[in-house]
Amino acid sequence: MRMWFICRFCCPAAQSNSNPEWEAKVLEYFKGQLKEKESHSWVPSLNDVPLHYLKPNSLVKFRCLVQDMFDPEFYMGVYETVDPSTKANVLRCGKYKDVTECGVDLNSRNTVTAERQTFYCVPIPGEIPTVVSACQGKNQARVVPSTSYVPSRQKRSYEEDDDDMDTQPQKQREPHTGGKFGTVNGLPGAGRPRQETEAPSSQTTTPSDCSSHLDLNFPLPGERGPACLVKVYEGLDSFKLNDTLEIYGILSVNPVLTVLGEEKDPSLLLLNPTESMETPEEQRAHDPPASLVPRLHMLYARPLQHNNPLLPSAPTEDQSAFVSSFLVEMASVRAELLAYLTHVLLGDGLAAEYLLLHLISDVYTRRDVLPLGKFTLNLSGCPLNSYTERLYQIVQQLVPCSYRLSMSLHTMNSMRLVPKKDYVANRLVSGALQLARNTSLFLDETQLEQGQLDSSGVRNITALGNLISWQKVDYDFSYHQMEFPCNINVLVTSEGRSLLPSDCQVPLQPQVTPPNMEEYLTTIHMAQFTSQINKFRVYLSLARTLDYSISDEVTKAVEDDFVDMRKDDPQSVTAEDLHRMLVVARLLSLSLGQTTLSRDGWMRAKHIDMLRRSRTEQQKSLNGNEP
Amino acid sequence: MSSPTSTPGRRKRNRDDIPATPKSTVSPPSQRRRGQDSSNGDLPAMPTSPATDIASPAVHDTSLFSSPKAPSHHLNALREVDMSSPLMYGTPSSRVEGTPRSGVGGTPARQRPDLGSIRKAPQVDLHSEPPSADGAVASEQALGQKLVIWGTDVNVGTCKEKFQRFLQRFIDPTSNEDENAGLDLNEPLYMQKLEEISVVGEPVLNVNCSHVQSFDADLYRQLISYPQEVIPTFDMAVNELFFERFPDSILEHQIQVRPYNALKTRNMRSLNPEDIDQMITISGMVIRTSQLIPEMQEAFFQCQVCAFSTRVEVDRGRIAEPAVCRNCNTTHSLALIHNRSAFSDKQMIKVQESPDDMPAGQTPHTTIVYAHNDLVDKVQPGDRINITGIYRAVPMRENPRQSNVKSVYKTHIDVIHFRKTDEKRLHGLDEDSDQKLFTEERVQILKELASKPDVYDRLSSALAPSIYEHEDIKKGILLQLFGGTRKDFSQTGRGNFRAEVNILLCGDPGTSKSQLLQYVFNLVPRGQYTSGKGSSAVGLTAYVMKDPETKQLVLQTGALVLSDNGICCIDEFDKMSDSTRSVLHEVMEQQTLSIAKAGIICQLNARTSVLAAANPVESQWNPKKTTIENIQLPHTLLSRFDLIFLMLDPQDEAYDRRLAHHLVALYYQSEEQIEEEFLDMAVLKDYIAYARTYINPRLNEEASQALIEAYVDMRKIGSGRGMVSAYPRQLESLIRLAEAHAKVRFSDKVETIDVEEAKRLQREALKQSATDPRTGFVDISILTTGMSATARKRKEEVAQALKKMIQSKGKTPAMKYQQLFDDLRGQSEAAITKDMFEEALRALADEDYLTVTGKTVRLL
Repeated sequence: MRMWFICRFCCPAAQSNSNPEWEAKVLEYFKGQLKEKESHSWVPSLNDVPLHYLKPNSLVKFRCLVQDMFDPEFYMGVYETVDPSTKANVLRCGKYKDVTECGVDLNSRNTVTAERQTFYCVPIPGEIPTVVSACQGKNQARVVPSTSYVPSRQKRSYEEDDDDMDTQPQKQREPHTGGKFGTVNGLPGAGRPRQETEAPSSQTTTPSDCSSHLDLNFPLPGERGPACLVKVYEGLDSFKLNDTLEIYGILSVNPVLTVLGEEKDPSLLLLNPTESMETPEEQRAHDPPASLVPRLHMLYARPLQHNNPLLPSAPTEDQSAFVSSFLVEMASVRAELLAYLTHVLLGDGLAAEYLLLHLISDVYTRRDVLPLGKFTLNLSGCPLNSYTERLYQIVQQLVPCSYRLSMSLHTMNSMRLVPKKDYVANRLVSGALQLARNTSLFLDETQLEQGQLDSSGVRNITALGNLISWQKVDYDFSYHQMEFPCNINVLVTSEGRSLLPSDCQVPLQPQVTPPNMEEYLTTIHMAQFTSQINKFRVYLSLARTLDYSISDEVTKAVEDDFVDMRKDDPQSVTAEDLHRMLVVARLLSLSLGQTTLSRDGWMRAKHIDMLRRSRTEQQKSLNGNEP
Repeated sequence: MSSPTSTPGRRKRNRDDIPATPKSTVSPPSQRRRGQDSSNGDLPAMPTSPATDIASPAVHDTSLFSSPKAPSHHLNALREVDMSSPLMYGTPSSRVEGTPRSGVGGTPARQRPDLGSIRKAPQVDLHSEPPSADGAVASEQALGQKLVIWGTDVNVGTCKEKFQRFLQRFIDPTSNEDENAGLDLNEPLYMQKLEEISVVGEPVLNVNCSHVQSFDADLYRQLISYPQEVIPTFDMAVNELFFERFPDSILEHQIQVRPYNALKTRNMRSLNPEDIDQMITISGMVIRTSQLIPEMQEAFFQCQVCAFSTRVEVDRGRIAEPAVCRNCNTTHSLALIHNRSAFSDKQMIKVQESPDDMPAGQTPHTTIVYAHNDLVDKVQPGDRINITGIYRAVPMRENPRQSNVKSVYKTHIDVIHFRKTDEKRLHGLDEDSDQKLFTEERVQILKELASKPDVYDRLSSALAPSIYEHEDIKKGILLQLFGGTRKDFSQTGRGNFRAEVNILLCGDPGTSKSQLLQYVFNLVPRGQYTSGKGSSAVGLTAYVMKDPETKQLVLQTGALVLSDNGICCIDEFDKMSDSTRSVLHEVMEQQTLSIAKAGIICQLNARTSVLAAANPVESQWNPKKTTIENIQLPHTLLSRFDLIFLMLDPQDEAYDRRLAHHLVALYYQSEEQIEEEFLDMAVLKDYIAYARTYINPRLNEEASQALIEAYVDMRKIGSGRGMVSAYPRQLESLIRLAEAHAKVRFSDKVETIDVEEAKRLQREALKQSATDPRTGFVDISILTTGMSATARKRKEEVAQALKKMIQSKGKTPAMKYQQLFDDLRGQSEAAITKDMFEEALRALADEDYLTVTGKTVRLL
């Protein structure tokens, strides 16, 4: 509640003095407040709280991915209004606002033009419901008070004017709120404020528009959640496309916004083609109804290192304390997780080990074009039927963000993987490969059947290949391509060797053959307590963030080892193998909570790589004998 | 009369020291509709013009920018009323009629919507002495220096004078712009252009702002800051000058000045509120153009009661509808007559920031641009253009039914001048158009670097530092990045000599070939990366497509054309189909691409360097085979590569150790450590760009001698065994490499050391790729004939043995094929394969000794 007062304070303060310093002061104040312990949890989050429970012009936070960056816009930073009754001129501040107050004197020479940019932000794609609910749990306490707020906005008239309100959007929204925010749905007064926010949208969306839903441009199909237009004032250059941010800002859902966009005087149109320039598509993309896509005026944004709610998010002292406390039990958690994964992978311990390493892999740096630390795993020899699906469900439980791409011929030919610029609507149409960092991408190649890939299918496969080898996606700007680096953990499950490149192939060797696979996996899955799963989640996220180094002494040993190996058999050990072994050694050390490579660690890495290689050799000779 | 929607930038500029009410009112040219300029000469004909203006001949000049002053008018009233009064304006028809179509007065002026509608800004006398109403005219000339247009510091008279002086005097002897081709560089440039206008009759004068800047910095500043006021003044100045010189020329309309190349802003991203209403030049790519929009310039109203008509100028999309008929005083009786209103063409163009200007990880910005009149339909989507125009911001329209408005401005650019940057790519060199501007300091850094003796090694080690060793390959690629000097022998019929260096990398899988390719692709501004597996012939060259909107056939260019002046990286070269590869023949030597498809026959430039990577046929290099056998590429194609590098696993312990060290270091060294060790990629990029643009080395005497010697040596190696082994192509590539090496040193002369290095590199590459596996000798003939000298020798031996055998059999006119083969095998000590046998037969057939028909061999 305190924050709410601050917001109120902010704007009048701006109006009363045109002193430019106030801006810095306000920002300073907010940052200071937000640094305070627990302060984050006061602020309601747009991810969890339905829009209609949030007060307009109040401080909210939003955990999101920057999906698109629109052109910069100029706005009236300071403007003068004339009171029609008293004729008094008042200076007002236009920052952090979408709409001016009545009677703007457009000719005033006190007007100051300033620049800001709009980002189109969507919730982090592939974020699993558990993350959402965990975050929600943190904020639960705050949600209730804000719902008790009885709306008394000036725009009440809209609702009253339009008694013949179209119920379409409401219906559309219903399953959404019911599913995800089941807890809040039952609260008293839920229906009433919703109408309040829905009203303008139902008024503005003409019946024809209603049938074609507003495309919120989520990267992954079937995603839902609030998309948001974030107005950014400071540090424009520091933000990049696909950044994951936690944004603190002032929520603006002024229904006027929608009306302004829609209401057009035909006579004005004739004379002023400037406004007719925007195509309807562009209008829809850039000025969607505020009730569906709220505006957020950014005060402060924090880049997210990870979006695991179980970990302290800010790199502060309490995080290091958390880390050191967790490091103690790291080894035991690892053993438990390994056992769990071994069960899941039908008793194959080696594959489980590799899967674990894969789950904590991360592109930690790039040397010119070479991404370092990526570890794409190809699990070959997966049993058919629904095994991969089940496996994905288990992986999904363990990581904060994930997506399963079933590589059937149809999806490969029809799905849009690579984002493409739509010049008509002037926006970047998202694709399934526009993902946040460290998202687990589960490519299910067992779904692939014989048939022909058409040109878009070939493009999609090429894009996946590029993603795996270079950790980059070439976005399609129709006249040229633009390369965006990414950091996505790709896991490929296939029957034989995958048609996609991979860093490491592990043929699965099931030790057990349960008669009913589904039942088997479900029981394993059920046997884990939530607390246990949570521990695994913390473990995986934490292991990834640890620092890592190699001492000179070990470097020497590794070099010697390499030379020796080459001496024995120069054909089989190449630079590629050394690359992979170095990554394995790194991940292996991190998985044990060790931040430096020890001799032991190196030997272990060598050992498991040897095991894996002998297994692939075996597989090869097996296949070679078959025909 | 100040409009309610005037632009915000203007407001900011208004200085406090400018009095709100002007003391002396002289309407500046910009204040008037451009159409009025033409009537300037006709001023005497106007009923309200005071006699004084005509009487004094000296005033003639000033009358161009002074409006008639009637003492009876109150000054403000004059401004307010007269501007919209029909008496002030000749109707469009009256402007043209009567007068002979020559001279400033006779030629109709054309409205310039690009400059926006007239500004209602009066000139202001900065001196506060209040001149009396009628004294204003008298004192005007005396005060001439102090009269400025309201809100600016532009004095019309001075400005005009300065510009005329500029036109008359400006000489740019170093100009190398192609527009100036055919002009005498030592004569005033723009006077020649005016002459051109008088001949061609295209009334547009393009003025390079950098010329203005070098001539008069103050004028340039005014032009940039107040284009709306200054350009009409320029127009006036030009027209006066022009009609003074060529009084008899007839133009369609008055000459319009189109400045370009304003240095103020180059990048779309750097536009900010301060640029509003200023002249800017940005570069970008057209992504969309709209239909033609007729925009009303002047509304025609007619009174429904007394049929009295009046014209109202449209001011920023608004018509001030007269409420009262001035003839019959009826209120609200005026109706708009569309047919008689004046319209002009307008087009909306969307421009996107060019990819080179963008910071990594952000999306490109777009800007709306409006083109007017003859600039409509000048550009097409996909064009890369430089736009000079005035940046505008318009607030969101106020809706009368709403009290709140969105506090956002809409921005656009009113274009004054388009310049296509890729236009010339189809015709000739475009070195100057994408010239990168280097700051003084940067050039200094680059030169400093160039003066270091080990610059060559430094640069090559900075290239792809993550890839271990392969020093010579990196050096080769470095030389490829710099390229040779372009030579044009088309006068003597030989055509262009290519300057681009082509390189083929061939080697075992996993020797980081792809990584090298990726690195190069990222380094060069116009690089393309394709994989042989996925590309088709049309994907590399060009294909014809039907545009879904216009139903017209359009040519879509492929990777090779797109990488014109860049490097085309082709991975998996061996996986390419033969038909696709054959496309490369033309590109790699003639540097053009001929297309004959669906009625489109043309030749496109593809001056691209090819960097290809291939795997050996058996995927692993077979040391028992020759390069040709390993690569299995047609030698017609192979000979087009200047350098062919083999990337083989040396299988050497010391090498392994260094490699291991390098890789491990890669994994644990921090960013900073790496930075220290190697050159920054940006510096390398700039270095290459600078050398490519500014350095054009030529051979000096010694170097020529060295080259001749080198070539003769190469020929000798072959002639020792009685066959030609080196071709002129090798000499050409030697020259290219030497030139590239001179470029690396920033040297304008190719010296002996360059030739030495070129020789060394070629030998080094050849040593690896053309070592005859049977003799260990370097053998260039492998590349040129696809067969090593020893293989050739052996082939001859077999043929001779066969001949001898046949001869020994006596006179048998026909023999069985199989029988002969078995006999030869039995006779020969060495194993003879069927292939060898057939080859021998063919050789003998070539000698006209025998013929082979089916399964029988006949002697002739």
